[in-house]
Amino acid sequence: MGTQLDNAKSVFRLGLFREFPTLMHYRDFGGYQALAKALLGSPGAVIGEIGAAGLRGRGGAAFPAAAKLQMVRDNPPGERYVICNADEGEPGTFKDRFIMTHIPFQLLEGMTIAAYAVAAAQGFIYIRHEYPEAQETMRRAIAAARAAGLLGSDILGSGFSFDIEIFSGAGSYLCGEETALLSSIEGKKGRPRLKPPYPTQSGLWGKPTLINNVETLANIPPIVGRGADWYRALGTADSHGTKLISLSGDVASRGLYEVPFGTTFREIIDNYGGGIKQGRLKAVNIGGASGVVVPPWELDCPLEYSACSQRGITIGSGAVFVMDDSRSILENVRNRVDFFLHESCGKCTPCREGLRQAGRIIHNLLDGAATLADIDNLERYTRTMQNAAFCGLGQAAGNSLSSSLKYFRGEYEALCRDRDQAAPKEATA
Amino acid sequence: MSTSLQTVTDIVAAPGAGQAALLQALLAVQDASPENYVSEEAVNEIAHLLGISRSRVYSTASFYSVISLKPRGRHIVRICINAPCENAGKQAVLAALEQELGVGLGGTTPDGRFTLEGVSCLGACYMSPAIKIDKQLYGDLTAEAAVAVIRRYREEENIGHTA
Repeated sequence: MGTQLDNAKSVFRLGLFREFPTLMHYRDFGGYQALAKALLGSPGAVIGEIGAAGLRGRGGAAFPAAAKLQMVRDNPPGERYVICNADEGEPGTFKDRFIMTHIPFQLLEGMTIAAYAVAAAQGFIYIRHEYPEAQETMRRAIAAARAAGLLGSDILGSGFSFDIEIFSGAGSYLCGEETALLSSIEGKKGRPRLKPPYPTQSGLWGKPTLINNVETLANIPPIVGRGADWYRALGTADSHGTKLISLSGDVASRGLYEVPFGTTFREIIDNYGGGIKQGRLKAVNIGGASGVVVPPWELDCPLEYSACSQRGITIGSGAVFVMDDSRSILENVRNRVDFFLHESCGKCTPCREGLRQAGRIIHNLLDGAATLADIDNLERYTRTMQNAAFCGLGQAAGNSLSSSLKYFRGEYEALCRDRDQAAPKEATA
Repeated sequence: MSTSLQTVTDIVAAPGAGQAALLQALLAVQDASPENYVSEEAVNEIAHLLGISRSRVYSTASFYSVISLKPRGRHIVRICINAPCENAGKQAVLAALEQELGVGLGGTTPDGRFTLEGVSCLGACYMSPAIKIDKQLYGDLTAEAAVAVIRRYREEENIGHTA
């Protein structure tokens, strides 16, 4: 892999943990000092530190992590759960798999600190079935942490008890949606539930539940251990810390990179990925299948929550998939629509039928059987999905469609039977 | 069958189990089955052990793409069908696998050794195109390399049978 962050400025120190690390190795490099520090202080102090650091959820929704912790903590006394969402199903994303197979103890330490903050005694890591190696590594890590008194009863002699179980998914992308994930653990179909109530009030078996992505939880030990000031110094005034970027596609060096917020997408591709492998850059898909497709001129946008949101770019899981000029936008959009059509749970009409119609139009376009009117319909279906689908996944299913229609409408029109009647348009630049 | 029933019994007996055990029990039974599936007999047994209706078991089992209610091959060959693998040459690898195995996506070889399936993202986009055989990941594949992997599985099994 190419450029790597200096360990002093890195949350994940990927260079230190190339192979499966032992607990001893992790502790040699300061592991579990944050947990010891947290247990000496109050749960409120932990939440305060995470709040001061400005950590936001790394699963895609970017919700402030401290606010979520506080909501779970604020419930009346009783059973609570901490769940790690490791159902990393977003095509083009492999950061959570890497964390689990290379720095499993950082995830366990983060979960344990979070459990202390919300007073939970039981945790689950929901790992997708496609990652048996991650399930295996996490099982071994849990056993090692238990044996060392870092999980189980009376952790480090503090009187605080917490344990973690692995739960395997079974091939459903939708289970990455937090309420669908809860249904899945409860033994039901992985379909989303209506919110509110949010899982922070009524989650697993109706109990208050903290659900966070792998990367979010793994951010907690460095924040607590090294302090909010250190963390805030990474990144920008708007977005603190670093982001793991899963870089794939037509770049010279595909791989996982830890990137400080504020880095532009062009820098990610050129400096980390070593630039385009051959040909010229045509488009970049940011945020996975549920993300957007953007042309090269949008790539000077910095990786930053506000800047991205202003330009309609979804950072999402941090997947960056690069396409050179030999690639067809329509073929790639077809792949994503087919994917969502397969993964849609069928519960709501906008997602179930919208995707079916969008798929029909895209396939017709590629077969030369579509007209310009179909493109207008495609836009309507896309808007309906984005505005009216039941859950976040259905709403996001239209993102690659709407962004590609915005930037690459010419490619759609060129495939229409009646393309001669298309209104002449200026370039979108 | 006895192995998988023992597994189910263990899962159901685990502390804190109950209905939550359903999906894990289905996966464990399937993993223990030489034909990589959950039989009708197993569904009945799971329903009985968990104290829930058979239709509840079927409802969950049929929702998840990893659970099969039909017999499959001893080895499941899963090829990633998402965009990063597609762009990196998945089509050629799939065609080679289909030819070498003599089945299409979803098919099982007549000798019962392999089932070929499409899968959504293996988290290996840095080494696309990628496939997974059972729990083993293979990346940066070409058509030739994919065929070589299949042949190695066949040879190892043949050696295993004669030993």
